[in-house]
Amino acid sequence: MSEYSPLRELVLARIRAFVREPEALFWTFVFPILMAVGLGVAFREKPADRAAVGVQRGTVAERYLAALRASGELKVTVLGDSAAARALRKGDVSVLLAGRDTLVYRYDPARDESRAARLLADAAVQRGAGAARPVVTADDRHRVPGSRYIDWVIPGLIGLNLLSTGMWGIGFGLVQMRNKKQLKRLVSTPMRKRDFLLAQLLARLAFLLLEVPPIVIFARLAFGVRLQGSPLAFAALLILGAMTFAGLGLLCASRARTIEGISGILNVVMLPMFVLSGVFFSASRYPAAIQPLIRAIPLTALNDAFRAVYNDGLPLAATWPQLLVLLAWMLVSFFAALKLFRWQ
Amino acid sequence: MPTVPEPPPPDATTPAIRCRGLHKRFGETVAVKSLDLEVRRGECFGLLGPNGAGKTTTIEILEGLTPRDGGEVEILGMRWERDGRRIRAHLGVQLQESEFTDRSTAEEVIRLFRSFYPRGWSVDELIGFVQLDEKRGTQVRNLSGGQRQRLSVACALAGAPDILFLDEPTTGLDPQSRRQLWDVCERFRERGGTILLTTHFMDEAQALCDRLAILDHGEIIAQGTPAELIRGLGGAYVIGFTASVPVDEGALRAVPGARRVAARDGETLLTVDELAPALPALLAAVRAAGGELAALNTHQATLEDVFLALTGRELRDE
Repeated sequence: MSEYSPLRELVLARIRAFVREPEALFWTFVFPILMAVGLGVAFREKPADRAAVGVQRGTVAERYLAALRASGELKVTVLGDSAAARALRKGDVSVLLAGRDTLVYRYDPARDESRAARLLADAAVQRGAGAARPVVTADDRHRVPGSRYIDWVIPGLIGLNLLSTGMWGIGFGLVQMRNKKQLKRLVSTPMRKRDFLLAQLLARLAFLLLEVPPIVIFARLAFGVRLQGSPLAFAALLILGAMTFAGLGLLCASRARTIEGISGILNVVMLPMFVLSGVFFSASRYPAAIQPLIRAIPLTALNDAFRAVYNDGLPLAATWPQLLVLLAWMLVSFFAALKLFRWQ
Repeated sequence: MPTVPEPPPPDATTPAIRCRGLHKRFGETVAVKSLDLEVRRGECFGLLGPNGAGKTTTIEILEGLTPRDGGEVEILGMRWERDGRRIRAHLGVQLQESEFTDRSTAEEVIRLFRSFYPRGWSVDELIGFVQLDEKRGTQVRNLSGGQRQRLSVACALAGAPDILFLDEPTTGLDPQSRRQLWDVCERFRERGGTILLTTHFMDEAQALCDRLAILDHGEIIAQGTPAELIRGLGGAYVIGFTASVPVDEGALRAVPGARRVAARDGETLLTVDELAPALPALLAAVRAAGGELAALNTHQATLEDVFLALTGRELRDE
């Protein structure tokens, strides 16, 4: 080996440029943690949420107050006419009990918690009236590990973080280099162009070591989120994901000349992923007709694979469709970038 | 040491740089017009001209960075189309307005550039050569303009090039920094290196260059050694004066040794062979016209005067 390796020097240059920029460093670490804290607080474990039930004053519903209060699963509020309507609209109560002669449940059937509250209220009313239970049942309130929202959202956040640091980091870095004519200066040497582009990808691996552990450790300590699958499988997914988004970042930055230009491109590319790729809510909520499309998006593939390993403890091999999707994106974008890349 | 087989030594009898009928246009604007140039090995050749004359376009075409629209380019007997990477290993390029990563140190930047070349000087040699020893651990953002420029030249020298391209190397530098950079150029030449540089400073051209081409509007309007170009002016001295009344041009041409009469900013410039006989005759001519001298100065003719004589404009005007 020669004393001077261009690939090594290029990777080092990229890493130095980043770690010596305190602001960039701060946001890479702190942003995902802030996000996790925010979501963790919003979706924290509440002491078995009681369903909010409203009883409208002066209606037949008042007759069943004792039965409702005896239930233990309901939070019952008695409300006047206008207050009742407002509480229902705002979601302060999930179901409103009213009616002149017949007991009426007023609720929005499109809302899951309203439907659940209606069932619980009805069960309490019927039980209070001495209804028979033809089938004897019992509850087993065992929680499957990794089934909470926070368990589900953490892998998505890691995926999101890989996407944004990869795309912004590489995109901005390269456009700035083009702007300052650093790229032009580099191509005036015998440097191999693919060495340069490859170095951008490899440097991302070093950043992974900096940006992923904080969020994993934080999620574990603050919320008890555990990696159910193999750490190696998780690491392999991290690397593949980081390389894929680095490749996409290269492609996005292959022509842009200005920071404004690259910002626009990155937003256009990343926004659909934020929305469609199941970061904050499951991508299966979208219509079946567009599911194949959504599954082909790299962030969806990465998030699905992450969750399979992180939450379900599945082996890497079980995620092969996702691996293929990611690999395809990575290779296509890297070679397209190599072809399209504007050096000056 | 080298993992890449050393390129066969280029045929040493070919000129360092040769181009014929070079042509380049940007949209409607013609930047370079059928330009011929030949730079010999071991010489320092200067492209002198005002901003916008096509110097940078020309040098970047020769560096293989800008595609040309017509003409032929040979570097060390090789052609860009065929031998691009091989040529690059023999060139050192310093670009106008190119910056390095702010937070890398001088040594790191040099090491990076050194790694691109199959052969060349060591990092320590390069740092010593451009006299940045004390600044080797300093980040680029904390270097002065002159130090950055020397760093840039060190990177250009990383592959021990045969040809060094310098595009406006001293623009924006203070006199001391310019001197230091000139020193680096001279030491590179002592090692047998060839330099092609662009500049709009005639003193720089005069100090560094063996031969020059004066460029204006994308064309070479004069070519030769600095002495030849000044001699071409037909007069070794320039007398600049302002008179209280206009003096007839015929009377000025009658001054002994007068070669050329020109006007600039209300001042009249008279180029002459010798000052001693010319000055009294000039005074007499002014007096004969019924006026007096309001201002008078003389200097040895420079490349600036050559440019003015050729174009009617000053180098630094634009």
